Amino acid sequence: MAEETEQQAQGAAAGEAAGRPAPALHVAPGPHLFDAALTTRRMMLDVLIGLLPVVAWAVYWFRFCAVVQLGVCVLSCVAAEAIFTAMRRQPVSIGDFSAVVTGVILGLSLPGTCPVHVGVIGGFAAIGLGKLVFGGVGMNIFNPAMVGRAFVMIAFPGLLAAGGYVAKSGGASVAAVTQATPLTDFAQNAKVAPLMDLLFGTTNGSLGEVSAAALLIGGLYLCFRRTASWEIPVSAAAGLVLVAGIDNLVHPGAQWTVLHHFFGGAFLFGALFIATDPVSSPITPKGKWIFGLAFGVLVMLMRIFSAYPEGVMFSVLIVNALVPLINRWTIPRPVGGPVPAAVKK
Amino acid sequence: MSSTLQGLPGTGRFARGVHPPGRKSLAEEASIEVVPPPAQVVIPLLQHTGAPCHPLVKTKQEVTAGEMIGDSEAFISAPVHTPVSGVVQRDSVTTLPNGRHVKTVPIKTGGDQRSGEALWNHIYGGDWPTDGADRHDPQEIVNAVRRAGLVGLGGAAFPTHVKLKRNDAKPVDTLLVNGCECEPYLTSDYRLMLEAPRPIIAGALLAAHACGATRIVIAVEDNKLPAAEKLRDAAAGSDVTVTVVKTKYPMGGERQVVPATLKREVPTGGLPLDVGVVVINVGTAAAVAGAVLRGRPLTHRVVAVTGAGIARPKNLLVPVGIRYGELIDYCGGLTGDAARVIAGGPMMGFALGSLDVPVTKGTSGVVVLTHEDVAKAAETHCVRCGRCVDVCPLHLVPTKMAQAAKGRDWELARRYYLTACCECGCCAYACPASIPLVQLIRVGKAQMPKE
Repeated sequence: MAEETEQQAQGAAAGEAAGRPAPALHVAPGPHLFDAALTTRRMMLDVLIGLLPVVAWAVYWFRFCAVVQLGVCVLSCVAAEAIFTAMRRQPVSIGDFSAVVTGVILGLSLPGTCPVHVGVIGGFAAIGLGKLVFGGVGMNIFNPAMVGRAFVMIAFPGLLAAGGYVAKSGGASVAAVTQATPLTDFAQNAKVAPLMDLLFGTTNGSLGEVSAAALLIGGLYLCFRRTASWEIPVSAAAGLVLVAGIDNLVHPGAQWTVLHHFFGGAFLFGALFIATDPVSSPITPKGKWIFGLAFGVLVMLMRIFSAYPEGVMFSVLIVNALVPLINRWTIPRPVGGPVPAAVKK
Repeated sequence: MSSTLQGLPGTGRFARGVHPPGRKSLAEEASIEVVPPPAQVVIPLLQHTGAPCHPLVKTKQEVTAGEMIGDSEAFISAPVHTPVSGVVQRDSVTTLPNGRHVKTVPIKTGGDQRSGEALWNHIYGGDWPTDGADRHDPQEIVNAVRRAGLVGLGGAAFPTHVKLKRNDAKPVDTLLVNGCECEPYLTSDYRLMLEAPRPIIAGALLAAHACGATRIVIAVEDNKLPAAEKLRDAAAGSDVTVTVVKTKYPMGGERQVVPATLKREVPTGGLPLDVGVVVINVGTAAAVAGAVLRGRPLTHRVVAVTGAGIARPKNLLVPVGIRYGELIDYCGGLTGDAARVIAGGPMMGFALGSLDVPVTKGTSGVVVLTHEDVAKAAETHCVRCGRCVDVCPLHLVPTKMAQAAKGRDWELARRYYLTACCECGCCAYACPASIPLVQLIRVGKAQMPKE
């Protein structure tokens, strides 16, 4: 007790000597320095910034459909998170923007012709089944937006099948949704879309997949900011090029080349924005290479051999399921080797 | 930077790590000042890794500066000496910044004391030979080092005589003198290299002869080029090579600097000795010279008192046993927004709970950080972003180790090599979710059942 008073007196004396009250010092464990530039919230905002070119093109090309679609998906994801976390009596978590990101990605992955109820149901499924049932942010195994999309794809098969992308005659005010998507056109009518159309986005498709240029700009931004691990899109591209290259060798003279596969469909959207979701992708660099490669190969296999117009969603869910195993397989060797077994004395 | 260091197998770099702001400019221009002898010194009987000492003096006994006041029979230990002349007071206990409760011997200063310029010259001044180290018997060097109570001055405070003793089962070919000082803010080693390079060289030669090393390398980070120059000048004509390595945290760690200079990996759970290397700090090297050539015990050391929370940052030559509060007062006291006083560097140092604690042989610096410096976002969930994996210099997976520690899942902890972690802090520094990774790992290591 006498010691404490002496310390306070010392502190007070020091303070008086300096003419101010002594500062209160507090104790905390190290390290005492932090790289404050990056927080999880900042990473989510970065993803939204990276999606801006894609959203801008979607609004320009699909007009009102895009605005409504995106608005509905974002609102329903945020509402779902608010409602479900309140039901579980957990603190409010919508401030970390992860629900907004899920909503935007879900909205961009749906066709422009979707009615409003599809977006709402998709949003609730994405957050409820894709995220909160696992425990919330950071705990889910599958990409929540893809879980939502898979749910509505199976619930409304007509609306999200290949034919669903084309608006019924008399119902379309936007030119974009009157044609078939490039991949469907090629599969059914052997019609090859020009590369420039695929690059700039003057075709039909889901809101976010059409413009390869916008996706590349946004995706490269994310890789430079290190919000997205660059290993995943690079290895995915390698996987795609590998399988598409073999396909081209087997069918020489085909007009639908590797570049068409690269720019067309939702591959770039998947590789740059969906597969790179940190929660559902591996944590080790080697694991990310394996993950991306598997994703690229799976997308190509589905395009070539399956009846679905698009394999990205299913490919993402399949490789998400492999992540715990990939993490286990790619535990890095520590510098200096593994911990040696204890020697029994 | 050339891809290999002159004559050395290493590249001067190691993989991963982080680049915190150096902040060395606060104190790097301040030449070392000698603090006046305090009214009382409190000598902890455990200032090193290993067994504590028992006191050799009784209460009310008169002691002279440099007298041995504590010793131990254990091999891994080192005696302690008093830096001042005076009268021994009743023994006490204190809590060191790392949390250990240790017994202390307080000594009330009395009589004439060497101080100021005279003390500096007594410890570091005069002539230091850069040849003739081999005229000493290696075991005699080790004995002198032990008698002087030398421990590693880089922070770990491992008894130096244990490091330098020849071991036929593990031959040594290289002595690496560590002048990296990779922690932000700290400048004590830098100033010592600038102001007392000759004893460092002399001590390096003696230490190498003791442990049997034929190659002597001093590693200095490239943000301290003037110090490297001074050392090169002092080493001219001798066998000592001064090499410059890339500045990155934690280059000063032995598991990083040994591969960076010599391209040898220190085995997990092992020592540099296992790959034929002995690493000592530049301050320790200077103390070796003093111990062997002048019989001087380790009683004083250079401490950098720095940070935005201190009024006048300085580098000080202080007696062991002086209180942290006295050093802070000497430097003008704390500023109004001081928030945390750290013993050591800001990455691996310990926050002080009381300024009444004595400085020990392992104290390399006192860093006072402000509220702005330590402001941290609230902790959120891990989103498996992998940044901790990207920065860990030992290639571990910190998020998994922390998860294992939190859930007491020792199988998971073993799978991810929890005990290999050196607690450098790169992971917690980089984590966007502000998760206290190092704290969780430390708790896990402490609670993990031994096999």
